[in-house]
Amino acid sequence: MPFDGAFLAATAAALLKGVPLTLELALLSVSLGLVLAFALALMRVSGVAALDLPARLYGFVFRGTPLLVQIFIIYYGLSQFPAIRHSGLWVYLRQAYWCAVLALTLNTAAYGSEIIRGGLLSVAHGQIEAARACGMAPLTLYRRIVLPQALRQMLPGYSNEVILMVKATALASTVTLMEVTGIAAKLISESYRPVEVFICAGALYLGLNFAITRLFAQLERALSPEKRPAPVPETPHV
Amino acid sequence: MSDAAVSLKDIHKRYGRLEVLHGVSLDAREGEVISILGVSGSGKTTLLRCINLLEIPDAGSVTVDGETVGLHQPPAGTPRAADRRQVERLRAKVGMVFQSFNLWSHLTVLENLIEAPVHVQKRPRGECLEEAEALLRRVGIEDKRHHYPAHLSGGQQQRAAIARALAMRPRIMLFDEPTSALDPELVGEVLKVMRDLAQEGRTMLVVTHEMAFARDVSSRVVFLHRGVIEEDGAPGEVFAHSRSERFRQFIAGEGCGTASPMPAACITGAQP
Repeated sequence: MPFDGAFLAATAAALLKGVPLTLELALLSVSLGLVLAFALALMRVSGVAALDLPARLYGFVFRGTPLLVQIFIIYYGLSQFPAIRHSGLWVYLRQAYWCAVLALTLNTAAYGSEIIRGGLLSVAHGQIEAARACGMAPLTLYRRIVLPQALRQMLPGYSNEVILMVKATALASTVTLMEVTGIAAKLISESYRPVEVFICAGALYLGLNFAITRLFAQLERALSPEKRPAPVPETPHV
Repeated sequence: MSDAAVSLKDIHKRYGRLEVLHGVSLDAREGEVISILGVSGSGKTTLLRCINLLEIPDAGSVTVDGETVGLHQPPAGTPRAADRRQVERLRAKVGMVFQSFNLWSHLTVLENLIEAPVHVQKRPRGECLEEAEALLRRVGIEDKRHHYPAHLSGGQQQRAAIARALAMRPRIMLFDEPTSALDPELVGEVLKVMRDLAQEGRTMLVVTHEMAFARDVSSRVVFLHRGVIEEDGAPGEVFAHSRSERFRQFIAGEGCGTASPMPAACITGAQP
């Protein structure tokens, strides 16, 4: 295969046009999914069976089935129900874009809730007890003691999940969306040069995810001052 | 009875089928320093934790600073506090120091000290900071104010934890084996702080294995055995002529507490 710089450049330029949609899908589903994940995690740790069991079932279903199947069920399946076609939601659900966002959101929420749950449970019991012994009310305790520590604990896991989501957006191409992978597929069907096109697409994902990893590493560092070396003594040594 | 800072009446506590406390009554007057002794499993820590309702007694009443805690105590089933806010209010008057320090690891020492005064008692931050600085000077770790707990030795962490409890301006201080998790060479610095507090007339209840502290510092010694109080009196009296055979066995086992010949454990420095 001869090296064709001009083709590579043209391919890269074409694929770059898909980056905004890729990022949009990832960002939207990760942020919506985070809200849902948090609610699910709270249900899991609530200790109330009526809340815990539905959250467990949710995790079981969405982690136990392929994302591609979930996308297809939402995109092709929901329109089978007249109730949905006639509801206000149909404005969104008839668009491939919102079907993809919905599937990605529901999927990431299932994984995210486990990461958040792990973070919540990681807070040392003794520290919670110390807060209770001070007369701290449950909400204050959550806000001041549990959440700040849980957040730090779950960052590495969540950065992993965000990376997975960026890559998962590639599946949106199966329901007609022209994000990076969608454009790549189109270019291949026009040029019959899959290797170069996919190498370009892969490099783009690699770049995106590299940026995300760095971002999370920075965030983790900023939020974990206690993991840094102890401050130097205030009185200077002579 | 009105001068009791803490009054426990006929406290029963069980975990499943195991009853840990079988009807314990204990009054702590203002300014008393009570050492609670006993072998592990005797229920001394549970008793202490009933005072600030970290454990809810299955039967019996808890009165702190003249206010009796409202409790739901069904004959079978889990007991609970009737009013969460009342419990929170009473807990704020009772400082607690834990065996494993339990400092909040995401906050600096100074932030640990002002956390509850600011967010529970809603006192002005500036005032809390000033008081916290003074407390850190008292326990001798003012140079560590901007350190995180992980950067401190065990002794420093426990002194910070004592200062954190004092920052709430508590009426009563509870100590749950405050030196048991410390390396032997760090025990002294913590005991010194506790001795100072006792001397300034603080009401203190101390679960401890430090016989010297119980004998020399406390004004009263309570010996728990299998969930009942076996011995209760002034340390001089109790250590010298205890009527309880079990207590005599206990101090012989713990060692160092009596004038009798030292047991081998004391000489070798081994922990009983």
